[in-house]
Amino acid sequence: MPHRTFFWFFFPSGLAMLLFIGLPIISSFFQSLHIEPEQILMEVEKCDPFGCKTETKVDIEATTKLQEEQPLGRFNGLGTYGDRNHLAFDEIKEAWTNSSSIAEFTDILLNLPFYKALLFTLTFCFAVTPPVVVLGFIVALSVNTITKSLKGPTIFGVILPMIVTPLIGSLVLFWMIDAKGILGSFIQFLFDDPNLSLKSSSQLTWITLIIYGIWHNTPFAFVVFYAALQTVPQDPIEAAIIDGASRYERVRHIVIPHLYPVATFIILICLMDNFRVLEPIIGFAAEGVAQSLSWMIYNDLRSENKMLFGSAGATSMLTIIGVAILLTPVLIRTWREFRTER
Amino acid sequence: MESKINRYSKQLILINSFFILTWLIVSVFPFIWTFWGSFKVKADFFSRADWMFAVTGVNTLIETGDTSTVKAYVESWTEGEFWKATMNTIIITVSVVTISLFLGTLGAYALSRSTYKYTFWILIAALIFRAMPHITLVSGYLFPFFQLNVWGILPTTIIVLVAINQPFTLWLLYSFFKTVPKELDESALIDGCTYFQAFRFVIMPVMWPGVVTAGLFSMMLAYNDFTVTSLLLNQQNYTMVPKINAYLGTIEHSGNYMWAVSSVVSATAPLFMIIMFFQRQLISGLTAGAVKG
Repeated sequence: MPHRTFFWFFFPSGLAMLLFIGLPIISSFFQSLHIEPEQILMEVEKCDPFGCKTETKVDIEATTKLQEEQPLGRFNGLGTYGDRNHLAFDEIKEAWTNSSSIAEFTDILLNLPFYKALLFTLTFCFAVTPPVVVLGFIVALSVNTITKSLKGPTIFGVILPMIVTPLIGSLVLFWMIDAKGILGSFIQFLFDDPNLSLKSSSQLTWITLIIYGIWHNTPFAFVVFYAALQTVPQDPIEAAIIDGASRYERVRHIVIPHLYPVATFIILICLMDNFRVLEPIIGFAAEGVAQSLSWMIYNDLRSENKMLFGSAGATSMLTIIGVAILLTPVLIRTWREFRTER
Repeated sequence: MESKINRYSKQLILINSFFILTWLIVSVFPFIWTFWGSFKVKADFFSRADWMFAVTGVNTLIETGDTSTVKAYVESWTEGEFWKATMNTIIITVSVVTISLFLGTLGAYALSRSTYKYTFWILIAALIFRAMPHITLVSGYLFPFFQLNVWGILPTTIIVLVAINQPFTLWLLYSFFKTVPKELDESALIDGCTYFQAFRFVIMPVMWPGVVTAGLFSMMLAYNDFTVTSLLLNQQNYTMVPKINAYLGTIEHSGNYMWAVSSVVSATAPLFMIIMFFQRQLISGLTAGAVKG
């Protein structure tokens, strides 16, 4: 296809991506270099019958004027990245010199907002992914063996948790897990503790969120594994049967090696998708104990009267760096695939 | 697996059926429970006294005179203005699917037929764009949109969702067009068609299976989106998902919980029906994604 024709075919799609995915990233970066303008203070002398006092007051007129002149705020360089809500260099330095043990230092470190969010995001990612891969594989094997006529409805039932949006999915579970809901009461009955609530401690909330993550992500792993199972070559399996291999041995030595590349694909997609976890935190009303990087950005942008563009931009950039690190293996894989294709 | 040697033993079938049934209950039961509960009053669905109340509807009987009620549905659709959110969702979903398929088929066709090296870099860029968390993009949108005065309205959100959707659509349709034999449009080119004519008269008639799959994914993205719609739309233009979140209430004012429960059912029911219909295409799409990164 000549360059010219290619250009016109691709132009609309490329323009949309450039304008609304490429530019926002640059715009985010710009915002992160600025900080909200300070309020201009003025001294007013106030006199009443008992004497005169000077008061400092916000000069509303001048502040609005400044805001109109510099809507993005003043230039702050990389200052926002280092402040308390992000990488917190000063706080870390202080904690390092002042704390007596490593445990104390980690404790201080993990109470800083950014590191706290990073810890939750990573814990969520790496706690959800392995069970998802294992469960997805078992369910796929299992569905593969059932009668053909039952397969359709079974698959439909199994993929439901994936279809609904995370917010709705987490709400549906949250209402059941609520201390007044069916699962909540059941758990109280099980542990014989009428005051037990999954919302009561941060560990329990984290576990709930992780269970939700597994519930939501397993169907995806299932679908991909199920499709891949259809491509497992039959000849080696038949040969193995003739050689007297048990079912377990056949799965272990023929099916699993065949599915390795698919498994790495699932792991990477799972890690990438869970790195942006946001909706479950809102759905489970877990903002108090579990914050993710995405939630930090959401929180900066949510307040109606004062959006913290600078802070949100800085967190966005740091999140993108995190995604880039996770993405590298995928890129290398695609690169290799393309090289062999040509 | 058809061979006789490979028959499953009785125990295996038993264990297997048990496992599948358990798993089905785990994935389906929450939805059935919510559906059932949406016809009860709050005192039953979140019963302090006994969870069985949600099944029997004791308080519902006391409050409304019957064991099940559609009060929450009626109220959320009228008073809660859920009809408006539904309208907005329909407008957004239909527009996003149409526009992104139009752009996506053209772009993906070109990518699949060009032999130059830059197609590879474009696909890699699309992959990177696909991995961007949506919230980081939203943080980049808000400020320019406020300055341009286009924040809060539906068209802006539609264009943004189309763009966010493009990378995945491109990859999916790219791998689909790769399976369409090159000879088909090449012979049209030899006969004197332009590339555009070849696309219009030769490729378009055979591309519908791929387009349906891509359309399904675009639909799910637009219908299910929360991050973009909740931050880029103003309250009056909310779609279903942010509307449900708004029903839950904030710290300042308590929301109406049963409205949220019934709206969850209203929002998921059409989605489930569409998926039931197009299940095969959905799975084939996910598989194509797996094969082609």
